[in-house]
Amino acid sequence: MPRTIMPRTIIEKLWDNHVVHELPGAPSLLFIDLHLVHEVTSPQAFQGLRERGLKVRRPDLHIATADHSIPTSDRSLPIVDPIAANQLAQLEANCKEFGIRCLGVHSDQQGIVHVIGPELGLTQPGMTVVCGDSHTATHGAFGALAFGIGTSEVEQVLATQCLLQRKSKSFQVQVEGTLKAGVSAKDIILALIARIGIGGGTASVFEFTGSAIRALSMEERMTVCNMSIEGGARAGLIAPDDTTFEYLAGRPHAPKGAAWDSAVARWRELATDPGATYDRTVTIDADALEPMITYGTNPGMGVSINEALPKPSEVSDPMARESITKALAYMGLEGGKPLVGHPIDVVFIGSCTNSRISDLRTAAGLLKGRKVNPKVRVMVVPGSQEVKRQAIAEGLPEIFRAAGCEWREPGCSMCIAMNGDQLTPGQYSVSTSNRNFEGRQGKGGRTFLASPLTAAASAITGVVTDVRTLL
Amino acid sequence: MKPFTNFESRMVPLPLNNIDTDQIIPARFLKTTSKQGLDKQLFNDWRYDAAGNPNPEFIINKPESQGVQVLLAGDNFGCGSSREHAPWALTQWGFRAVISTSFADIFKQNSLKNSLLPIEVAADVHAELFAAPAGATVKIDLPNQTLTTPSGRVVTFPVDEFSKHCLVKGVDELGYILEQSPEIAAYEAAHPALINALA
Ligand code: SF4
Repeated sequence: MPRTIMPRTIIEKLWDNHVVHELPGAPSLLFIDLHLVHEVTSPQAFQGLRERGLKVRRPDLHIATADHSIPTSDRSLPIVDPIAANQLAQLEANCKEFGIRCLGVHSDQQGIVHVIGPELGLTQPGMTVVCGDSHTATHGAFGALAFGIGTSEVEQVLATQCLLQRKSKSFQVQVEGTLKAGVSAKDIILALIARIGIGGGTASVFEFTGSAIRALSMEERMTVCNMSIEGGARAGLIAPDDTTFEYLAGRPHAPKGAAWDSAVARWRELATDPGATYDRTVTIDADALEPMITYGTNPGMGVSINEALPKPSEVSDPMARESITKALAYMGLEGGKPLVGHPIDVVFIGSCTNSRISDLRTAAGLLKGRKVNPKVRVMVVPGSQEVKRQAIAEGLPEIFRAAGCEWREPGCSMCIAMNGDQLTPGQYSVSTSNRNFEGRQGKGGRTFLASPLTAAASAITGVVTDVRTLL
Repeated sequence: MKPFTNFESRMVPLPLNNIDTDQIIPARFLKTTSKQGLDKQLFNDWRYDAAGNPNPEFIINKPESQGVQVLLAGDNFGCGSSREHAPWALTQWGFRAVISTSFADIFKQNSLKNSLLPIEVAADVHAELFAAPAGATVKIDLPNQTLTTPSGRVVTFPVDEFSKHCLVKGVDELGYILEQSPEIAAYEAAHPALINALA
């Protein structure tokens, strides 16, 4: 007799494959295949282990790097900020004490934690991946269940390789059609967040599906999954396919030989079964998408580039009206007009959303043979040492420098402004990063989030620009 | 962890939606390697002016907010980063509960691990609390999962069974997971490692 198996989503399959133990009245104990560690959210966790006399259970399943508070200036110089220097030294000391590999300040594999995991082939389909960082969903691009955790959970994973987790709801984001010229992966995710709001995916995991997603490269898929948290979701993922396997093949930690073949066979089983159902689905028409930009102080406050900003007077809910009034006041903007043409001071091309080689190629492609507006400071910050090497091999730093951009060392940089790379009060930036909260890029700084294309176009003109006018 | 007890407190109202963790504690204060002393940076950029002096208009700085244990905030509180520094800063300042209509997932989990109770209420209760006269108090009863509004209305709020048990009994989650070490070992034996990050 044929056995009937309930069709499952990839989210359910990943979950089922990692349940270690379930006790009544408690969340499930889930095994974690890869834990990424960085300097900001780990020191108190290591201290916790020390206080309890615990060891790291599986040092082979953790990797650490320095990214958040690391300077992006010349690495041969000492770090000026003593508090950051202490935090970075602390990371290396903790990793040494607990036997974890650390790609620290002077490693030639250092980089933003969400750039190096995939680059080294550590992130693989079917895994559970965690990090004390909310953008861990980036790794979901490979068909992994990847989510951000707090420091107490960092300590739990270090000590037990497990976490207590409750099942999330499944939320399908179906993107069908073909992106127009000048519209990119970043615009897909900004459009989704503008549509569902920053709390729209709370308690859910996104699965991105549809022809427009299948057509994306791995780096573009990472851009999409990266900002799942900005839609409120715990994680976001994409079922692995040939694009995924091609990207992974030959990477340092990817399986080799016969192990590769059996891994690919296993990975092909992960895709959502026909007939499986989701708790919620939204559909996005890729053909209708325009370049997106945010105008406010959360990533949900986004519009297509030529669209007028909302007027507070048209918002009926009083608390929502208050929030939008406050956001526009902070941003020094008026409702009712589009952002196009608004002067800017800084352009930041970088962050775990858009600092990979294809992002840099895209920006360089537009900047080649052009000059950035002399009033604008343009920072290009590669995501990792590997991205930097590749960019150098392709001659990209020369293009950026000739255009008048700064070419810097890898790290989070002005995405989070912990390392001295920051806006001054009142300055406007067009940034390829993922957060535009008040003060995120420096106290009093004002951030417009956009794609690398929009950022490069705005760098050239000195005002918020629809890239299609320059193509 | 100390057991979480029932209490009554006034509220500090912060009528804004989507208060993110960068507002609760800005990233530049995350270079510390300690959990302590974060209360001083709670809501830093709203709380102090450019010269670093307390802004007397900001609610946290007002005399009537001192000693208050409940924060009343707008929708989707705690969105943004995974920094546990946010609940650390809130509890060190003295908060034991935050009331909102909804919370971001990671913030909620981080709070429950630090004896900060996220209380989700319906929109009408939320509005009633914001409309309550200054100095009015609420009662919070975790074992019964009830909140008593200043008007005496008793509403229930959701908390998952396990988190409630841990809070009320002062159970430490890591200790609980460590007790399952035999099951973890069995899982490991059945699932060879996919990578070796040390190699
Ligand atoms: S680049 Fe920005 S968002 Fe990404 S990990 Fe670094 S600080 Fe976080």
